[in-house]
Amino acid sequence: MGLLSDPNRRQALSRVVTRLNTPLCIISYLVGMGWFLGLAFHPFTLRTYISENSMGSTMVEEQFQGGDRALSYAREFAAHKKASGGSPVAWLERTMRGLGLEVYTQSFVRTLPFPDEATERYMVKGTNVYGILRAPRAASTESLVLSVPCSEGQNNNQAVGLLLALASYFRGQIYWAKDIIFLVNEHDLIGMEAWLEGYHDVNVTEIKSSVMMGRAGAIQAAVSLELNTDVTTSFDVIVEGLNGQLPNLDMVNLFHAFCQKNTLLCTIQGKLQRSDYDTFPGYLHNLQTLLLMVLKQGSGRPQGDHGLFLRYHIEAITLRGINSFRQYKYDMNTVGKTLEGMFRKLNNLSERLHQSYFFYLLPSLSRFVSIGIYMPAIGFILLILILRSLDLWIKLNRAGTTTEDGAADDDDQDAKPGFLSLATPIVICHATGLSLYYIPTMSQDMATDHFPVSESEAVVLISIAIYVAGLALPHNTHRYLTGAGSDQGWMTLKLISLLYLAIQLSCIALINFSLGFILAITIVPVAAIVQPTGPKVLYGILLVLVTPATTLLGSIFLYRELIEYPVSILECWQLFLQAIAGGILDHYLRRRYRAVKSEQAGQPLRVFYTEELNVIGGRNGGTILSSSREILLSWRLEILVLIAWDWIFNSFVFLFDFEIGSTGVVFHETS
Amino acid sequence: MFTSLSSHAIGQLACWLEGGGSLSQGNMAATVLPCLLLLSVGWIVGDAAQGGGDTFREELLLTPLRSGDIAATFQFRTRLDSDLRREKVSHYRLFPKVLGQVISKYSVQELHLSFTQGFWRTRSWGQPLLQAPTGAELWVWFQDSVADVNKSWKELSNILSGIFCASLNFIESTNTVAPTASFKPQGLVNVTNHSLLRYATLPREVVCTENLTPWKKLLPCGSKAGLASLLKAERLYHSSYHSQSVHIRPICGNADCTQVSWELRQVLTVVFDLYSSGMGKRDWSLFKMFSRTITEPCPLASESKIYLDTSGSEKDDDLFEVSPFTAHESLVPVHGDKKLYTVYDLLEQSVFNTSRNLNIALKWKGSPSSDAGPPLPPVCHAERYVSGYGLQTGVINTMIYNNHPYRAFPVMLMETVPWYLRLYVHTLSITTKGKENKPSYIHYQPAKDRRRPHLLEMLIQLPPNSVTKVSIEFERALLKWTEYPPDPNHGFYISPSVLSVLIPSVTSTKTEMEDSPLFATIFPSSDGSSYFIRLYTEPLLVNLPTPDFSMPYNVICLTCTVVAVGYGSFYNLLTRTFQVEDRKGGGIVKKLANIIRRIRGVPLLDAGSLQRRKGHAAEAPQIGAME
Repeated sequence: MGLLSDPNRRQALSRVVTRLNTPLCIISYLVGMGWFLGLAFHPFTLRTYISENSMGSTMVEEQFQGGDRALSYAREFAAHKKASGGSPVAWLERTMRGLGLEVYTQSFVRTLPFPDEATERYMVKGTNVYGILRAPRAASTESLVLSVPCSEGQNNNQAVGLLLALASYFRGQIYWAKDIIFLVNEHDLIGMEAWLEGYHDVNVTEIKSSVMMGRAGAIQAAVSLELNTDVTTSFDVIVEGLNGQLPNLDMVNLFHAFCQKNTLLCTIQGKLQRSDYDTFPGYLHNLQTLLLMVLKQGSGRPQGDHGLFLRYHIEAITLRGINSFRQYKYDMNTVGKTLEGMFRKLNNLSERLHQSYFFYLLPSLSRFVSIGIYMPAIGFILLILILRSLDLWIKLNRAGTTTEDGAADDDDQDAKPGFLSLATPIVICHATGLSLYYIPTMSQDMATDHFPVSESEAVVLISIAIYVAGLALPHNTHRYLTGAGSDQGWMTLKLISLLYLAIQLSCIALINFSLGFILAITIVPVAAIVQPTGPKVLYGILLVLVTPATTLLGSIFLYRELIEYPVSILECWQLFLQAIAGGILDHYLRRRYRAVKSEQAGQPLRVFYTEELNVIGGRNGGTILSSSREILLSWRLEILVLIAWDWIFNSFVFLFDFEIGSTGVVFHETS
Repeated sequence: MFTSLSSHAIGQLACWLEGGGSLSQGNMAATVLPCLLLLSVGWIVGDAAQGGGDTFREELLLTPLRSGDIAATFQFRTRLDSDLRREKVSHYRLFPKVLGQVISKYSVQELHLSFTQGFWRTRSWGQPLLQAPTGAELWVWFQDSVADVNKSWKELSNILSGIFCASLNFIESTNTVAPTASFKPQGLVNVTNHSLLRYATLPREVVCTENLTPWKKLLPCGSKAGLASLLKAERLYHSSYHSQSVHIRPICGNADCTQVSWELRQVLTVVFDLYSSGMGKRDWSLFKMFSRTITEPCPLASESKIYLDTSGSEKDDDLFEVSPFTAHESLVPVHGDKKLYTVYDLLEQSVFNTSRNLNIALKWKGSPSSDAGPPLPPVCHAERYVSGYGLQTGVINTMIYNNHPYRAFPVMLMETVPWYLRLYVHTLSITTKGKENKPSYIHYQPAKDRRRPHLLEMLIQLPPNSVTKVSIEFERALLKWTEYPPDPNHGFYISPSVLSVLIPSVTSTKTEMEDSPLFATIFPSSDGSSYFIRLYTEPLLVNLPTPDFSMPYNVICLTCTVVAVGYGSFYNLLTRTFQVEDRKGGGIVKKLANIIRRIRGVPLLDAGSLQRRKGHAAEAPQIGAME
């Protein structure tokens, strides 16, 4: 017995780890990939169901009949919007007050860090208008939100019309137990963020907004509506929120239930569910849907206005009405009835939505994969890193004992890599990470002064420049450091990097599985094989291929393929640049932690990250003792991530540099 | 000028806090200090004219609100002309015996109890006559003869809980406070020691018909005759706001206050949402609101009147039409302003029509303008909210608005916060117009975990036309898992803040208790230059970090067990080394055999007791290894 305390058995175990290391790693990787691909396989997934008792299936009978009224409101709204050239605030106020709501406005101003070329805005000024329907039976302690973005051009007029018609209908009903806020927000996400920050009286981003007067307690749930047509053929439900957060699965289930009740076609990721799910094309279809969700979640970008609610622990989804060339079309009455049903069900809630899952993937609208099922996929992939580091550890130990036993007077450098040789590259990596984080926006003015580029181009180009410079920088430093070139040196360094990578990837995967997984499948195998000996050029190429920037490029390409709108390489490059600019902008606008995918290597931990953690910890009710977990998260993980976060790619960027560097040295010495 | 006025007002409110104790029945007439006047006028002098025997007055006030809704305030006042404190009262005529006995038994000085559903929207409905916080509120002054106030309070709340079919038994030390300044006795006073006061609110209390029925039973006529016949539960709860309350206090029995009478005032306020019930029309009638009409006054009542607020029609005569027509009008000072009321005296037969019933109806002439703009906010109102996100910290904010164009006035703000929100008092900030506003009086009693809540009282001066923001940060505590209520994810209610305000009057008003209607004498008006109101903000709903109590919780217990057992055994398996040991001691069988042998006097199996003891000791590591 004594499997570990017995030196013989221990040796046998370490022999297994070292000898069979490569096959074990390969098996682990294959199992991980296989597991992930299996997630979309129908028999492996669970059917969705409404967990919340108070939203039991079909207790409400919808009576909304204001479809025509909605359309006339929409036309009126369109006319006023055109006349005022923006959100027709006065008209909205008047109309909502006429419906018997308490009406308030909030104006906001936001100057972007650099002009956004995609939407052509820099100084954003707008006004949110919202009306509160006060519930007769409650003291404004809880509320629900129906939000509609007031978009540019002819978009979303019908949504505003429907909002007003619903408000008018809801006002006449007596069963409300929660206040309902009808919100028309200007400038999409910026307006939404301004409103949410105003409502919660916090200032996360630097939006300046007027003091908010009317409130209605704790918001329990929100629905964001986007509707462009008088008739709809299907509804697309969007779940992915800021930083990859997802609403409680019950929100999706609720919508799905009402779609089925009203025989409304509903899609997720724009994909309709197929009936032949047990065939191979059916499986491929599900896999496509799943991959789209993974890519969108991984981007960390809110895919709709609902995405910003999630930070405040408000369950929210976006519903997007689509008019395509399908046979069956639904009028406003049906759409209104669906929303009425949803709100009446939400009105019945006695607690916040907490029963169902917060972490899930959806291969189709009626099937889901819970966190317990998808986590092993990344677990197997991360196992490779553990196996590799075990291997290195054992080898290092062995080397240590041999030097002690045998030639003790051997080269000192070779025996123990000095602290300096380990710390310097790490510090340099952090420094590049930091500069990548701060310099692009700080130095944009200088760049535009000296070079013929626009601000956003400048930001993107500087980012790329720093990134590339970061790759090459440690090249020269290690040369002067003793021991860096030795076997022990690179082994120790690689061991540390591998362990850090494992920790960071698992942290990311816990918070945003998709991002963690995308990064893991690309980086892990390369990280596992690269070393200063062997085909150096090949390793170099591999390392360049798996840098986050390349992964982003690949993901964009894959995404366009999946939505059946493929792009050429050049277009893809354009999109890539846009994505980087968008990512940086998003970070400033919404305090998105810069998702590595849309950003690039290495960002140091930000203070706001703790906030994200709080929210994530709080939202995590469905899985384990959320409170104790939160405390855990807010202390241990926080510190852990604090140490670990900015290492994530830097360590590997560094390792890569180290390789290139050592090859450089070798070349240098040989020539 | 403003400063002098405001300091005067502060002085008044401060006096109002301090004073009262000096008041006794004898020196009433000699009282000259304004602060004492503030307390006394209208409160202590009862309508002594009736002298001898109990009296009962009933009254209904109909007030169209500025939002277009209508508020109906019922007041029933029963007076008992004997002192419950001194004599042993055994005969009750009109005064409910059940309350009389409770008051004598627990030596209650004053009792105020209210049940409320919904929330009075001060901003759109205007200043309330008598607001009550959502849920249940109880505050009681005990007489100074009470030895253990906490015990009496506990027992009293349990008894009231039985009488009113409410969950008042949930009032315990964790939600009870003894405010120092916000609640003063409203009746004949000889106590001001605030250790005799107890105050508690239950914001989660749901109010429904089971609370209304016992309340109606306290009336002399029940709901069979008089104004109370309008109180049909089905209609009362089909409204935007519903509040019923009971106020008991001692008052002067005669003009020179040598006798003490007890007054029971029952107030019921209900706000009907005409928009949703009238399909957008604003016309109303008694029948439409209560689905009843009045057929007769309560025969036991000495006064039975209906007041209709028609002050809006002064400017425009043709705005609306009231039927049936009555010539009785009266100018009553309310909220520092004289308002015109149309009066229906039910004791006069002429108000009833040929079919012997009375259905007051109001019809608007012409359609009201479609967009009148937002209703003008009242002089003072407040709102409260929690800011921040996440489950660790948060901020409680109270916004107090002074919309008076040129007068400053003081407000006494009281916050009661349960212990599980850990207030950071150093973060308390009071800002007005961007500048710090220093409170002139502050009283803070920190919470004790699981024993008592935080109590924070502040006297703040509100500059004219300003918004004052009072904010204080808190941290959410992690409760023990048995301390969570059912539906823990619903959140925890924080009781509303209480604002006691002295607002400067528009016109100098002085209320005489004798003839003025009941609604004008709810709160004491001082020298007429200002009037007192008490406002409540909305309660807050705060989420605490909540463990998952559903099935996964069991799963965790199970997993923990499995992990503990599994991990333990695996760890043993990996690290423990087992060695076979030569056992000298032998097992139980051998020992038993030895005992028998010793009794028999036969040589033992092993040699000597020493070795036996050794063998005994050798067992311990063996057992350890086997685990």
